[in-house]
Amino acid sequence: MVWNTLLLALREIRRNVMRSFLTVLGIVIGVASVITMVTLGKGATQQVTTSIASMGSNLLMLSPGKRMGPGSAGFAPAFKIEDGEAIAREIGGIAMVVPVASRSTSAIYGHENWSTSVTGTTSTFLSLRNMRLGSGRSFSDSEARAGAAVCVIGQTVREKLFGGQDPLNNRIRLGALSFQVIGLLESKGQNSMGMDQDDIVLLPLRTFQRRISGNQDVSLIQVSVQDGVSTEKVQRDIRLLMRNCRRLAVGEDDNFNVMDTKEISKMLTGTTMMLTGLLGAVAAVSLLVGGIGIMNIMLVSVTERTQEVGTRLAIGALEREVLLQFLVEAVVLSSAGGMFGILLGLGASFALKNALMVPFVLDPKIVIIAFLFSAAVGVVFGYFPALKAARLDPIEALRHE
Amino acid sequence: MIASTQAETMPLIELTGVTKVYGTGQAAMQALAGIDLRIEEGDFVAIMGHSGSGKSTCLNILGCLDSPTSGSYRFRGVEVSQLTRDQRARLRRFYLGFVFQGYNLLKRTSAIENVELPLIYRRVPARQRHQIARQTLASVGLEGWESHNPNELSGGQQQRVAIARAIVTGPSVLMADEPTGNLDSARSLEIMELLSRLNREQGITIVMVTHEPDMAAYAKRIVHFKDGRIESDEPNGRAH
Repeated sequence: MVWNTLLLALREIRRNVMRSFLTVLGIVIGVASVITMVTLGKGATQQVTTSIASMGSNLLMLSPGKRMGPGSAGFAPAFKIEDGEAIAREIGGIAMVVPVASRSTSAIYGHENWSTSVTGTTSTFLSLRNMRLGSGRSFSDSEARAGAAVCVIGQTVREKLFGGQDPLNNRIRLGALSFQVIGLLESKGQNSMGMDQDDIVLLPLRTFQRRISGNQDVSLIQVSVQDGVSTEKVQRDIRLLMRNCRRLAVGEDDNFNVMDTKEISKMLTGTTMMLTGLLGAVAAVSLLVGGIGIMNIMLVSVTERTQEVGTRLAIGALEREVLLQFLVEAVVLSSAGGMFGILLGLGASFALKNALMVPFVLDPKIVIIAFLFSAAVGVVFGYFPALKAARLDPIEALRHE
Repeated sequence: MIASTQAETMPLIELTGVTKVYGTGQAAMQALAGIDLRIEEGDFVAIMGHSGSGKSTCLNILGCLDSPTSGSYRFRGVEVSQLTRDQRARLRRFYLGFVFQGYNLLKRTSAIENVELPLIYRRVPARQRHQIARQTLASVGLEGWESHNPNELSGGQQQRVAIARAIVTGPSVLMADEPTGNLDSARSLEIMELLSRLNREQGITIVMVTHEPDMAAYAKRIVHFKDGRIESDEPNGRAH
């Protein structure tokens, strides 16, 4: 009987494909937007948390600007190499100070050309990021001081430029100048947000400043604190030192940020989650509207099929069998809409992941919830029309034209 | 439900003092003012009368689509006048078949699927259902028309499908409400021949409402209604 009811519902829907489609369009759009919002939101949140977690918990990050994150405004001078040196020199309890400046540039070897991220930093960058050399060596102190034209490359860059060849001691061109490859990083693969960690070229910071960026700026200083030393204290000390270095008067706001990983994580995910929640709520409202659309069409359908209901009742259909028939029809409609919406939403998130630079994080939980919710919409909004059909007086219904 | 020994000794249908009042108070309208009617197994009864005479109301009560306001309705000896809606539905499902003036076939549904419909509610397995429906369609002369939708069939053919649907379950009684009302006279006669043959050959009891004497002439017995009462009830002398 259930199987027959299901077949019957499918046939009714097929009979009016266009109308059925328009009926569930609300559900499709609602589910698709919820799925897209939540998937992209999850991706963004995960991107932030993993990238921050990968830095370690005893990490501080200095960045110029009044505050970090969306909407940072106002001019703030960049850091210089000297700032990092000052921190390493003046403040106790610090394990590593790593200044970083990077830019996207194309790397050329022979006829091969590959656009990659070029980062100027110190050799401590590797230990801070838990990267290991596969072969060759990192920059020596003298190379770093002198700004020698040497570089360390990641596995992806090696593969794209050298193929199977050994890259060590060959020269690659970055911008207008050539650099000797002195080291090859071990592969780290993609990180959990889908970014290739091997697509990287490391240069000594001075080399980067002189030959690539052409200025003295350091975009970021990362500081790792020794184990057992209070991160809060170091954070406070650095802030005072930087205010000094930057000659900020008493009462003047900081024009830089010193953040620990928890703060960074909280700030970034907080914004993302709030936005996700808000957009998700708007999408949920459209699901409700979609449900009302289903109810509307089911009511029309019951009226149109009054005589059919009368015939079925006369033949001996029970009230609950008629109820079930229309209810199943509504649920099949709405869950088909839900399924369509899920596919559309996942497709949209997948298509948008590059444009928004957010990884695609498939959350099966939200897919299941969205499906069940759309089916529930069918039950809730299909119940009243179905009840109306089931309660029809067979004599009246038979006469209905 | 009913012992077979009893069924042979008692009438199939027995109405005693059945009344039906629509509405209440000032607006109350008495459609049936006390009906006594016995119908034996194998009978073919034509119910005649002007519109408003109560003949349709009587058929609705006989068909368990409606309950009487008072009085007794015994179906195979079992009192059915005060059954609930679902109980009446089950009774219709297992013992009654219906034929309507407007055929009442499901649109955009093939003839055979229309005929299978009552079997679905009886939980007959699909293969068996299909086979029975096919045989029944053939027995009303529609072999080869199984997959046609109602809109591809003539009025007479549609009514044949409807008759096949009514008898596919092997009901005790076939309730026919003006079965020829929408048909021209040639088609009407064909339908009446078919009903008459079903009554004669398969022993199906038929209760038919009509206002056409030519159609009533096929019945074994003619009951005339007037103002909610039975005016006359006599065997049809010139039955075919």
